[in-house]
Order: sequence, then C-alpha cells, then structure tokens
Amino acid sequence: MTSKQLSPNGSYPGPEDITRVELPNGIIVLARANFNSPSVVLNGYLSAGSLSEPLDKLGLANFTAAALMRGSQQHDFQQIYDILESVGAGLGFSGGVHSTSLGGMALVEDLPLLLRLTNEILRYPTFPVEQIERLRTQLLTGLAIQAQDTAAMAHLTWDQIVYQDHPYSLPEEGQPETIARIQPEDLHAFHQQFYGPRGMVIILVGAVEPDAMIAQVEATLGDWQNPAQQFSPPLPSLELLSNTVLRKVPIPGKSQVDIILGNPGPTRRSPDFLASALGNSILGQFGMYGRIGEIVREQEGLAYYAYSSLSAGIGPGAWYASAGVDPVNIEKTIALIRQEWRRMIEQPVSAEELADSQANFIGRLPLRLESNGGVASALLRLERHQLGLDYYQRYTGLVRSLTTEQVLAAAQHYLDPDRMGIAIAGVES
Amino acid sequence: MGQTITSLRLSNGLQVLLKEIHTAPIISQWVWYRVGSRDEHPGITGISHWNEHMLFKGTPRFPAKVLDKAISRLGGQWNALTSQDWTAYYETMPAETFDLTLELEADRMQHGIFEPEEVELERTVILSERQGSENEPLFRLSEEVTATAFRVHPYHHEVIGDTADLLTIQRDDLYQHYRTYYLPNNAVLAVAGDFDHQAMLARIQELFESIPGGPEPSRTNRQEPPQTGERQVVVEGPGDTTYMQLVYHVPAANHPDFIALMVLDSLLSGPSGASISGGGLSNKTSRLYRALVEGELAISISGGLQASIDPYLYTLLLILHPGRKAEDIVTVVQSEIQRLQDAPPPANELARAVKQARALFAYGMDSITSQAFWLGYSEMFASYAWFENYLDRLATVTPEDVQRVAQVYLRRQNCTRGTYLPDSRSNAP
Repeated sequence: MTSKQLSPNGSYPGPEDITRVELPNGIIVLARANFNSPSVVLNGYLSAGSLSEPLDKLGLANFTAAALMRGSQQHDFQQIYDILESVGAGLGFSGGVHSTSLGGMALVEDLPLLLRLTNEILRYPTFPVEQIERLRTQLLTGLAIQAQDTAAMAHLTWDQIVYQDHPYSLPEEGQPETIARIQPEDLHAFHQQFYGPRGMVIILVGAVEPDAMIAQVEATLGDWQNPAQQFSPPLPSLELLSNTVLRKVPIPGKSQVDIILGNPGPTRRSPDFLASALGNSILGQFGMYGRIGEIVREQEGLAYYAYSSLSAGIGPGAWYASAGVDPVNIEKTIALIRQEWRRMIEQPVSAEELADSQANFIGRLPLRLESNGGVASALLRLERHQLGLDYYQRYTGLVRSLTTEQVLAAAQHYLDPDRMGIAIAGVES
Repeated sequence: MGQTITSLRLSNGLQVLLKEIHTAPIISQWVWYRVGSRDEHPGITGISHWNEHMLFKGTPRFPAKVLDKAISRLGGQWNALTSQDWTAYYETMPAETFDLTLELEADRMQHGIFEPEEVELERTVILSERQGSENEPLFRLSEEVTATAFRVHPYHHEVIGDTADLLTIQRDDLYQHYRTYYLPNNAVLAVAGDFDHQAMLARIQELFESIPGGPEPSRTNRQEPPQTGERQVVVEGPGDTTYMQLVYHVPAANHPDFIALMVLDSLLSGPSGASISGGGLSNKTSRLYRALVEGELAISISGGLQASIDPYLYTLLLILHPGRKAEDIVTVVQSEIQRLQDAPPPANELARAVKQARALFAYGMDSITSQAFWLGYSEMFASYAWFENYLDRLATVTPEDVQRVAQVYLRRQNCTRGTYLPDSRSNAP
C-alpha cells in the first residue's frame, strides 16, 4: 500500500499539475495543489533589488521591504499584524540583490485574506515616520549583532575580496552609516520606482485547486499597474583575482574563528552548473561533509564543522569552503582545504564518488518536494532560472548523464587554489 | 489527524509506535533514548551528547565511514539531537530504501565500538563545538542563567557539558554510560510514513526483539528546592548589544498547569512553533511586544516553554533598545505580568491562541518527518495522547486558568534574571 503520488520520474511536479499563468499586467503565477494539509504556502518575488540602490544608501532595498508591513493606507502596523496573527497566518518581505522576496502561509480558509493583505501592503505602503525610526533602530541593532558574528563577518568579507568592484561585493543589509541616512522619502521613492507587476512572480502551493488560487491572485493584484516601473541595471562582468587575497577581521573575545575560502562559481543557468553541484557534493557535502569534512573533522579533529558550498544565482555564484576552528588551527585548516581544492582540479573524482553523489541527488528529491514549502521553493527556482516546468521530471536523467570528466572540467573552470579569496573572522587583533 | 497509531511494547521492553501516512513515498524513523543531561553529574557533564557523537563512529558491521555514506547514497536526511531529557536519532528516507536505517539503529543500539582513538578525535570536535557556542553572547548568558536558576537539579548545566569535564571524560566513562542507558527497555522507536504497519512491525520485531534488555537505569532524583527570592546574574562581554533573559520555574509537561502556561506564553510573547522545522509566526500583537518593542524599550522579545520530564523554566528573552536601562525593561515586564495576575484576560485572546496553535499544527502536517518526531517526542515526557489531544485541551483553558498560573508562577521570587552587558569592545567603525 504505497503512495503513487510521487515516485521516481512519476508524479514529480510537472506541466500536468503545475499551472502557470501570466496575468495581463505581467505578474506570473504558478500554482500546484496539495491536499495533505488544510493550509497554503505563498512565496515569490518582485524585481526590486539592491542592484538599484545608490552606494550612499546601501540597504535601501531591504529597508523598504522590511518597512512595507509598517503601515498601509488601509491599516496601521498593529492592525496589519492583528489581521495576520488572529488567524495564525504569516507574511513577510525581504530585500535581496536582484529582487525582493515575499513569503507567507495561512490556513486554507484564510488565503483570500492573505492575498488581500499582500496586495494592500505591496501597493499602498505608507512608511510612517515613527514606525520607520523604530525599524531603523532594529536594523542598526541587527548590524551591531552581525558585527559580532564570526560566520556573518567572514561571509561579508569574503564577498568583498572576491567580488571587488562587482555589485555582489556589497552588503544587502547596508552599513550603519547608510542605514542611518535613509529617510521615509527614500523608501517612498524606491517603492514608486521599482515596485510593480512586471517581473513579479507569485507561487501558491496548498489545499486549493490551482485555478482557484490563480483567480484569487488575479482578483487582488491583477489590476496593479506601474507604468513608470524601472528595472535594475545589468550586471557588469566579474574580474577574477590574480592572486590569493587573505583578509582577517578582528572581533575580540571569540573562542572560535570562522574561515571562508574559495572562488566565484557558476550561474544557475551555466551549462556546467549541475556538474559543479556534483563536484561540490563530493568535495564538501556528501556524508559527513565530503572530502573536506573527512580530512578536517574526521581525520584531524580540527573543527566541529567544515564543508563546502555552492551557491549559484543569476550572476556568478560562490564556490567556497567554510570551517569554524580554534585560532591556533587556522593555517593548518587552510592548508588542508587548499589541498582538497587542488586535488579536485588535478584528478577526476572516482567513479564511486560520483555514483554516490548522483544517488544522493536523485534519492533526496522526494524529500525536498514533500512539503508545501519545499514545492513552493522548487517552483520559484524553476521560474527564476527558466528551468522548465518539466525540470524535476528530467532531473534524474540529467544527473545520471554526468561523467567524471565533466565534473573535472567544471572544477577546473571555477576552482583555483592559487587565486582564492580567504576571509577569517574572529581573530583577537 | 485521525490516522491510526499502532502502539505496543516488544518483549525486551522496546516501545514501538507506528503511523501510516501515504501522502508521499517517504518514511521517517526516530529512535529515542531516555537519557540526557539530566542524567549527568559534575565530572561527566556533556557525556550524553558525546555518546551521541560516538554513535556515528561506527560498529563492526557499519564502520565509521560506511554508515553516513550509506544513508547519503540513498538520499536520506539524518541527524541526532541530545537534550536535557533524551537523545534522539532520526532518518528520513525514500520509502523503498528505508530498511537499511532499521538495521542501522538496531545495530548501534548494541554494538557501538567507542575506539579510544576515535574518542580522542571527537574530544577536540566537541570542544570545538563548545567554542563555537561560546562565540554567542546568548549561549554564555543562558548558561549562567540556567546555572543560577538550578542549584541542585542536573538541569543546571548545558547539554554540551562543562569544558572541565570535556577535557577529562575517558573512553570507559563513555562506554559505561552507553551500556547503562542504550537499552531497548529504555528506548522508543517511532516510525511514520509510507508503509504497511503489519509488515513494518514484523520487520522491527525481527531486527530489534532479540536485543537483550537490561536493568532499568537508576535515576538520581535531585529535586530543585523552591526558589524563594529573585536571583540575578550578569555576564559581561564584547559587543554593543544588551540582552536580558528572565526565567521562571514552571512544572513539567504532564502537569495540569502546563497547558495553561502555554496559553499564557502565547498571550505574553506570541505563539510557539509546534513543528521541529521552526516556521514560527510573528508576535507583534503579543502583550510584551506591544509594551516593550512598541514602547521602544526592546528591539525584540521572544518567549517559550520546554516540554520537560522534571520541572523546568519559562523563558523570556529580550534584546534591549540601545541606551535603555535594564531596570526600565524589568519594570514594564513586571507590570504586564501584574495585569495578567490582576484580572483574567479577555476570552478573545485565548481564542486567538487556540487558532494560532491550530494553524501551526496544520503547517506541520505536510511533513512526515515532523509527524514522526511528535510520535516519539511526546512519549518522552508524557504519551502520544498529549500531542493528539493538545488542541482540544488548549481550547479548554479558561481566562481564569491563565490568571491563576500567572499568579502562581510568574512571581518575582520565582524569577532569575540574567543580563549580558556589552563592554563595547567592538571594532565596528
């Protein structure tokens, strides 16, 4: 008595059960039904991002996103949250580089309420002065806390080293000086210039028929127009480092430092993305964190965590290793990880290593597509990167088709142990 | 819910709970051992957590490197958690490859090797884990607050243990701890997902029933004496942010007052997540948010109860608004508590708490891992009926109940207050 709902190459989300519609005003809506729980998950994005913010107002996109919920023409801050919290629903917005994300959830009966509120907040925010000041203090405190966080500071510093003059080097949450500078009129202006239906994607997964969900979106956001809507400039090309650059961030009183080291990686749509992902699995994810976990944690006992990570988006992503270590072990850890970097580009991975990671990628797919949240994230990826509605049905074949030669080529394309960015945060001085 | 649970005890004492769920081809298994930091005394603090680490280091049948690779190869998700009261090991797998994990858990219940060399390697890993925690002001604060609130009961030390013991615990201590507590008659095996319960039960009997039971572990019962006066503790450290933690002694989860306390918490600090994946809701209409955050005394407020075997703590956590004094915050918290002590809250606030809990349960229902979690977790401090009847019991709490538990438990004499004071040693510009 086993389920037929999801089986390998069977009923993974696909064109048969994902409904995708482009509304006349440009909003793209994707919906898929799941009747296992009487609830709905909402996610999506608008094309307003930090790429559009001026350098003296870094963090403006994120500030604007956070400020949306602070009051609308119809409801003040407490009323907005009263609407949500009375029914156990959630809704939030956050700014990113290319886009502003939205996310929410509600019981089935409250989906109309959630969409009405989303519409109201996106189109008619008021950015009340008192609330904005309160939010500013919260954002500044967040930055102060972040400045003490070794992992966060290692990441930010690594971005600065590796991306240099490219927009990806900039902190999306801004800096204390820039956040202090932003005024309600800046938020209004950013909202008016960059928020609009074109380039917007909304995804709904839950216990409602897709057509009904889409109709509800159309009934709320369907008449949104912003003829003056602007879009972010295209990304410049990225110049690679010509030698390894190492930077330390002192944070006093820390027992452990965080190290991030690596190179820029593929975009999501790069032909060698999947080969890179498999390579990354072997390098620092599979099992107890791959080759890096094996050497740094299991063999040498140097770290509680040591792994590699590949993030790939619209622009050049990041392929890096991360470890948390006692300061006395910094050099040893870097040397070991660099060695693994070199190994990846000098020799192909073994057939067994590749087979293991391929099996992992294929086997874990049903787990990732089980929940409403998992499916909604998957649909968002499909749309953002134009992967095709049948991507998950083709996925097993794509993964199986890759060879050790392709993984080697991908590694050689991106990994360079002699031109790494290395950031170490939490040293005493 | 409404799905049947099969619940029985094998002849060797192993408690088994099975729940068929056919919404996805996934099975999740959790093995719960009734051992945690409450079973430790000075000299061996952290030993239960270390034991958990050692069970990933192999058995004769599944040597160290074989085990984690085996699960990853199948695409499974797996991890283990140690708490004050229990240690849990879980795997979520595609249904067709689930059997391996049953073999694995049956095997490591009896055949952990605890090689001295591996013990030593893991010592540095655990010290590293502790150092990572020490990087965080909240960990350091919480450790002192809990130690101050509990003088006698073993809840007074952290699950990770004290460094002094992490440096001196020996292989034989670990192995002895393992043999004492890792017995079938001291364990619960819970499985939920896409299987036939009769076939699953037969397989579990085949693999687990021959494991010999052992003497019931003796438990020291060092009851914490009533706290008769407010306690305060200060931790100073780097940074720019002041944190405050207020804790109150409350009864164990199976005490009749616990459910009223959950409603009280909901009113004061907002709804608590009912799923292990987090996914909480906002708390901006909660009483303490309105008084403290809207009142610009705090940046954020959170609160929570822990379902425990022995009486534990109700915790409120605040990040102070820059420039505000701890005393000002405490005055406001106390006046909000006084409001609840002086008069029963309006019934509509309780109705909201119930609706929020219902929503959170619904959101957790689309995850088989989450449902499997609750099967065994609730057996640790009560029984599965605790979870099944949770929403019904929540709905029976009256405003007078909430007032009464506020009067009984949220007294100053029952409070321990901890403050993290930054020495502003930060290097932020």
